[in-house]
Amino acid sequence: MIEIENVRKSFGPLEVLKGVSMRVEKGEVVTVIGGSGSGKSTLLTCINGLEPIQGGRITVDGTVVHDPKTDLNKLRQKIGIVFQQFNAFPHLTVLENVTLAPRKVLGMSREAADEIAVKQLSHVGLADKLMVYPSRLSGGQQQRMAIARALAMSPDYMLFDEVTSALDPQLVGEVLDTLRLLASEGMTMICVTHEMRFAREVSDRVAFFREGLIHEIGTPAQIFEAPEKPETAAFLKAAH
Amino acid sequence: MFDTALTLKDLIFLAKGAGITLAITAVAVLFGTLLGTIFGAFKAQASALAAAPLTFVLDVLRSVPLLIQLILANAFQSIAGFGWSPFTVACVMLSLYTSAYCAEIVRGGIEAVPAVTRRAARSLGMTWAQDMANVTLPMALRVALPGWIGLTLGVMKDTALVLWLGIIELLRSSQILVTRLQEPLFILMITGAIYFLISFPIARMGGRLEARWREND
Amino acid sequence: MFNYTFHWHQALRALPDMLWGALVTIEVAVLSMVLGIAFAVLLAVARMSANRLAYGAATTWIEVARNTPALFQIYMAHFGLGSFGIHLSPWWALLAGITFNNAGYLAETFRGALRAIPPTQTRAARSLGMGPLRAFWSVVMPQMFRISFPPMTNQMVWAILMTSLGLTVGLATDLAGVTQELNVRTFRTFEFFALAAVLYYLIAKAVMLGARLIAWRLFRY
Repeated sequence: MIEIENVRKSFGPLEVLKGVSMRVEKGEVVTVIGGSGSGKSTLLTCINGLEPIQGGRITVDGTVVHDPKTDLNKLRQKIGIVFQQFNAFPHLTVLENVTLAPRKVLGMSREAADEIAVKQLSHVGLADKLMVYPSRLSGGQQQRMAIARALAMSPDYMLFDEVTSALDPQLVGEVLDTLRLLASEGMTMICVTHEMRFAREVSDRVAFFREGLIHEIGTPAQIFEAPEKPETAAFLKAAH
Repeated sequence: MFDTALTLKDLIFLAKGAGITLAITAVAVLFGTLLGTIFGAFKAQASALAAAPLTFVLDVLRSVPLLIQLILANAFQSIAGFGWSPFTVACVMLSLYTSAYCAEIVRGGIEAVPAVTRRAARSLGMTWAQDMANVTLPMALRVALPGWIGLTLGVMKDTALVLWLGIIELLRSSQILVTRLQEPLFILMITGAIYFLISFPIARMGGRLEARWREND
Repeated sequence: MFNYTFHWHQALRALPDMLWGALVTIEVAVLSMVLGIAFAVLLAVARMSANRLAYGAATTWIEVARNTPALFQIYMAHFGLGSFGIHLSPWWALLAGITFNNAGYLAETFRGALRAIPPTQTRAARSLGMGPLRAFWSVVMPQMFRISFPPMTNQMVWAILMTSLGLTVGLATDLAGVTQELNVRTFRTFEFFALAAVLYYLIAKAVMLGARLIAWRLFRY
C-alpha cells in the first residue's frame, strides 16, 4: 500500500505540491489527470525517492520513503517507474537493457536474468527484438521496452509518468494496450496521463490534480459523468 | 618565505629564455599559418588524387614526433651543407610542423562554408580569388579561429623541444639554473608559472571569443 | 652540397634493436593511456562536483597539464620531485609525465561528453534500484567513452609521440632512446632517425587503424 500524507514539494520558490494526500491499495489502478504544471509528474518521482520532499510523509508498505535511514535502492526495486522520455540505454541491446538491473542490482546469473527478460519482453510484444539496439526501435517499441525493463525487477507497484506523451499518435495505442494488459493482471499502478478514454476504462479511481492539490478524486463514473467541482467539469470538457 | 639562492640576474636569464620561446613561436606561427593556409585552401579545392602527395607529407609531419623531426632536420642541413644555425633549423622545422596542423584547420573552415554561399558569390561575378578573399575566408575564419588559437598555444609549448638542438629557450634556461642552484622544484615551478602566464590568458580569450560568436549565431 | 654517402644498410641492420625499442614506446604509451583514462574520469567527476577541494585540485591538474609543455611535465616528474626525495627513473618519469598530460586533456574531453548525456539516463538507472556508482559505471560511462572515442584516439597518438621525449631525461630503451644510442656510436644521425621516423609513422597509423577496429567492434549501436 502506498500512503501519501500531506506532501509538500518545492523547486526553489515554486511550490509544486501543496499538501497532497492519497492512498493506493494493493491491486488498485489509480490514474492522475490534470493540466500541465499541476504537479502530477512530480508526485511520482517523490514516491520512489528520486525527489526529496519538504513536508508530509510517503510510506510504501510501511517504509517511510524520505527517512534518511531508508535504503532507497532497495525500495526502488519494488517500485517500477516508466517516464515520458523512453530513457533506453542506447549502448545496450534490448535484452541487455532489461537484464542490466536484475544482474547488477539483484545479482542474478545471466541465464536467470535472460529468462525473466525474455518473458517480460514477450509480454510487451518485443520477443523478436532481443538483439536489436534501441536506436532501431520506434518510440512505441522503446517505451514498451522501458516497461519490460521495469517489470523485470518484479516490482509490486508500477508508476507511469505520461508514457504516451512523447509518442506519435499512431504509436499511442500499442503502449496503452500494454498498460491495459498489466491492469487486467492485477498490477498496482499509478498512471499520470492525458488519455481520458484510457483513464476511464482502466482506472479504479481517478484523481484530478489542480494547482498542486488533489482537487477531486473518485471512481471513473463519478469523475467523468458527475464531477462535483466545476473546475473538474471544465477541465474534462476542454480535454475532449 | 623561500630560502633560495635565486637572484634577479637569474630571473632575467629566465626571461631571456622566455623571449627566445616567444620569438620561435612567433616565427613558426607566422610562416606556418601562411603555408598552412595555402596548403589548406589547396586541399579543399583540389581532388583527393591531386592533393595526395601533399596530404601524405602533412600526415607525416603530424605522425612523427617533433623531436625526431628536429633532429632529422638538423642532420639534413648539416649533410646538405646549409650551415644553418640551430635557431634557423628550429624555425624552419616548426613552421612546417605548424603548417601541417594549420592546413587541417583551414580546410575544416573552408569546408564549413556552404557550397551554395560560394556559388552565390561566384554567380555575382566574383573571381575565385575575390570569392576567397571576400566571402569564403572571412566566413571560414570564424570556424577556424578557435582551432588556430589552440594551435598557437600548442606550438608555444612544443618549442620547448628545440632545447635538444642546444637553443637556450625557457625550459633549457631553467634546466641550467637547476644544475647550478640545485633547487629543481622551486625553479621549475617558476618556469611553469611563466608558461602558464603566456598560455592561460590566450586560452581564456579564445574560449570567450568562441562563446561570443556562438551567441551571435 | 651532399658530399655525403648514406649508409642505409647500417641502419637496417639495427632494425631489430629499434623494433624492441618500439615495443617499449608502445608499452609506455599504452600504460600512460590506461592510467590517464582512470585519472581523467576521476578529474572530470571532481570538476563537476560541489566539493571545493576536489574541484580545486582537479582544476589545477587540468590547467597545468593543458597550459605547460609536456616536456616540462616530464621534467617535473624527473627533476622536480627530487625536492621531495622522490627520484624517478627515466622510464617512470616519462610514464608519470605523459600520464599527467593525458589525464588533463582527457578530463576535459570526458567533461564535455558527460554534459552531452541526458541526466534522465542516470534517473532511469537510479529508478531501477542502482546506486550512484553502479549507474555511472554501467549506464553513463560506456556512453561517455563512445562520445569521447575520436579525441581519445588522438590522445593515444599524442602519447606515442610524447614518448620520444624520454630521450631528454636519458631514457635509452624506447625507440627514440635506442636510436640515439646507435647514433652516438656511429654518428649516422640521419639514417637512424629517418628509420625511427618511419617506425613512429607506422605505429601512429597502426593506432588509428586499431582504433577504427575497436570502434567498429565496440560501438554497434
